Amino acid sequence: MVTTDRAAGSALVVIGLIAVWESRRFPLGSLHRPGPAYMPTLLALLLIVFGVAVVLLGSRSQRLSEVGWHEWRHAVGIFAACAFAAWGLDRLGYRLTMGAVLVFLLFVLERKGVILTAALTLAIAGGSFLLFDTLLRVPLPRGPFGL
Amino acid sequence: MLETIQSLALGFSVALSPGVLWYGFIGCVVGTLVGVLPGVGPLAGISLLLPVTYGLDATRAVVMLAGIYYGAMYGGSTTSILMRIPGEAASVMTCIDGYAMARKGRAGAALAIAAVGSYVAGTVSVIALMFLAPPLASFALRFGPAEYFSLLLLGLLVLAYMNSGSMLKGLAMAALGLLLGMIGIDQMSGYFRFAYGIAELGDGIGVVPVAVGLFGLAEILLTAGMKNPPEVIKPRMRELLPSRQEWREANAPIWRGTVLGFLIGIIPGSAHVISTFVSYAVERKISKHPEEFGKGAVAGVAGPESANNAATSGAFVPMLALGVPGSPVAALLLAAMMVHGVTPGPLLINSDPRLFWGFIASMYVGNVILLILNLPLVGLFVNLLRVPYPVLYPSILVCCILGVYAVNGSVIDVWIMLVTGVLGYVLRKLDFETAPIVLGLVLAPMMELSLRQALSLSGGRYEIFVTRPISATLLGVGAVLVLLALRPLITRTLDWRSRLPAEEA
Repeated sequence: MVTTDRAAGSALVVIGLIAVWESRRFPLGSLHRPGPAYMPTLLALLLIVFGVAVVLLGSRSQRLSEVGWHEWRHAVGIFAACAFAAWGLDRLGYRLTMGAVLVFLLFVLERKGVILTAALTLAIAGGSFLLFDTLLRVPLPRGPFGL
Repeated sequence: MLETIQSLALGFSVALSPGVLWYGFIGCVVGTLVGVLPGVGPLAGISLLLPVTYGLDATRAVVMLAGIYYGAMYGGSTTSILMRIPGEAASVMTCIDGYAMARKGRAGAALAIAAVGSYVAGTVSVIALMFLAPPLASFALRFGPAEYFSLLLLGLLVLAYMNSGSMLKGLAMAALGLLLGMIGIDQMSGYFRFAYGIAELGDGIGVVPVAVGLFGLAEILLTAGMKNPPEVIKPRMRELLPSRQEWREANAPIWRGTVLGFLIGIIPGSAHVISTFVSYAVERKISKHPEEFGKGAVAGVAGPESANNAATSGAFVPMLALGVPGSPVAALLLAAMMVHGVTPGPLLINSDPRLFWGFIASMYVGNVILLILNLPLVGLFVNLLRVPYPVLYPSILVCCILGVYAVNGSVIDVWIMLVTGVLGYVLRKLDFETAPIVLGLVLAPMMELSLRQALSLSGGRYEIFVTRPISATLLGVGAVLVLLALRPLITRTLDWRSRLPAEEA
């Protein structure tokens, strides 16, 4: 039976194994003179031990199939908007990127009206740029045409 | 004693002079605004405004910068409580119950308790700073790498032990955070670890993107798509202030948080972060209703917020008494003092008593200004919750992205926020706590450095951790916690054994 703890514990074991594998690129050093791979390897092994323990003791936790994921479509939409922001900030500039993100979230995902979407997009994307970049002098990226 | 009071009187005559008071007020206002903006924490705020003070004399400059620091610490709780966005790692614990209180319609009470707790902690710890600075600072100097390592290990064990779930899951999350903290340049050998050619990861994974991802973004991913999104909260005027019952519940945690925060704050490092975690854990452990933590427990806001602010004053102890900065912000204030020709250290009290005592007195005055400033603003801030969630969360998301980007001007931080946001979403679905990940991430570089430095000092002998009294005591306490955590497991095993004959029969 796959429970939440067993699934999470297995994932921790996998992460630990990957970390151990990747640590072999650096000198391990010795027990008395640790090298750069010493602590990561130690922690990865600890993670594996904890992961195995979570799996072994995880039979009483909730079944994985019982966890509700009904909001996943919305979550994917928001994730996509954030990924677009990360991709676009340096390419399109702050205002265009945030404008597009807000239009997508408000108009497409939340189905708000055109006027509300436009007003909020202009206020938030433009206002935050004005506050941070112009007033607080935190440099924000500019895209085509200096936008 | 009499001499101290006379000196303090001199300090008040400096701090209450119109020129100094004005700059202290400006510092508090700017600091509060800086703290409310996610991503612009006290460090960034002071860095940005340091050049503004160049034209001022040393006393005014230091008082203004200290005001920004306090103000930012006060203001940082606002976004944590209202939006679940921690502006910095020290606000992470406030997010948990502060936000839960906000969702229950008690945002005003949470903000007021945070403000009053911060005021009490700030004022009491300044008094402690005045009388205890020299002896405590010399005690803190006895902490070498071995003691640091033991202390940090104990910090993790305390957090995991006092976890609401199992200690095992808490430790697993802490180990994951520590492992994430290994990314970046190894401080002792210069190796570039787990960075895969991404230069921005050289300094390691930032705490802000991880905290905002695990708390802010994960919350949005979980909540935005709910069939019934959170209701719009329309707070009434009388609901803005805490009830008598809430004040009673906040009283003891505020005092405990103050003592804990001040004592932990003296120890150099990210002490104010650790103090909030320890305070939250202690409050949950000794509470008669631990099940309420995470669902809007008053003590979960009062304790960490007080600890956070007390640690802020505590961090000034080694800075003023020894000239040793205990935190990045203290280092920046130290640099600001030096820019103005003042050298902090044991001689400062005698060489420049007006500045030293003026600075101490300005902390009292600053705390009063912040309380007066923050309580009326509670009503203003709480109005944010009137906005329907489908309209509010896109704005919060923009704040998250902007705040994370603004720290280093790097999109890598936005990607880190995104990945940790998904991680936080999945972990919350699987009923794992994410706060230990943040603590692990904060402690990892210090822990590794302390371990390796201690071993270098001892010629590779691990006995150093048990032969030094402070280190041995700290490890002993940690061992007791592990044994206490294992006790139910052993008891359960015995129960199973005792049932066996009956079942066989």
